[in-house]
Amino acid sequence: MSDIKQRPLSPHLQVYRPQLTSVTSILHRATGAGLSVGLVFFTWWLVAAASGPEAYGVFSSFCRSLLGVALLFGWSLAFYYHLANGIRHLIWDSGRLFKIKNAYTAGYFVLFFTVAMTALSWVCIMGKY
Amino acid sequence: MSHKGGHGKIQTTLARARGHGSAHHGVESWIRLRVTAVGNAVLGLWFIWFVKKSVGLDHAAFTELLAQPCNAVAMILLIVSVFYHATLGCREIVEDYVHCECMKITKLLGTYLFFFAAAVACIFSVLKIAL
Repeated sequence: MSDIKQRPLSPHLQVYRPQLTSVTSILHRATGAGLSVGLVFFTWWLVAAASGPEAYGVFSSFCRSLLGVALLFGWSLAFYYHLANGIRHLIWDSGRLFKIKNAYTAGYFVLFFTVAMTALSWVCIMGKY
Repeated sequence: MSHKGGHGKIQTTLARARGHGSAHHGVESWIRLRVTAVGNAVLGLWFIWFVKKSVGLDHAAFTELLAQPCNAVAMILLIVSVFYHATLGCREIVEDYVHCECMKITKLLGTYLFFFAAAVACIFSVLKIAL
């Protein structure tokens, strides 16, 4: 028992300086969890559409509310991030992109893609809102 | 390496590569998560286009758009792929962070039932609109 207590502990999260690779990794989980919650909203959208004009109107007006826009903006960020970083993960799964330099380049590309596509998407639909 | 043929001599190389342990489905959910990820990526591109088209449409125009066979089929495929992926992903998160066995099973069960029910509601809605 005393042997177990005296084992050196491996350094954990709080002693590490955040790195791009670790931050993008945990963000992938966080955005995945966020998007899973977003599926509730997605379900509301389709069920409202199937229920009729009145229910769809309630959904539409929520989308135009401040809270609705804030949520949708967050989900659009999470969507593009999870999409781009998911592809980064798939490339890793194929055994490529493991050199630190390449992993970082791809990480910066993911962040750029997320911001650029989110901005582009909102600019595109701005007129229709 | 000494364990070329698996752990000791009990497993063959093929058995080790398949990753089947005593539960007999070692890497199955890992592969399913990747397969649905590819599905999500492809259908996600369609989804971007579809959402952009849908913004600002009233009920009649939106249901007309969704009722087009290509869109209805793509939406149902997206629902299946995304909800399956979300179920597997949430399972991974729960298994990593929830250590109390009782809580873990409760949360996993809740996740499965919730996503399954929501997916059925979504598919039914698309079919009701499209048919």
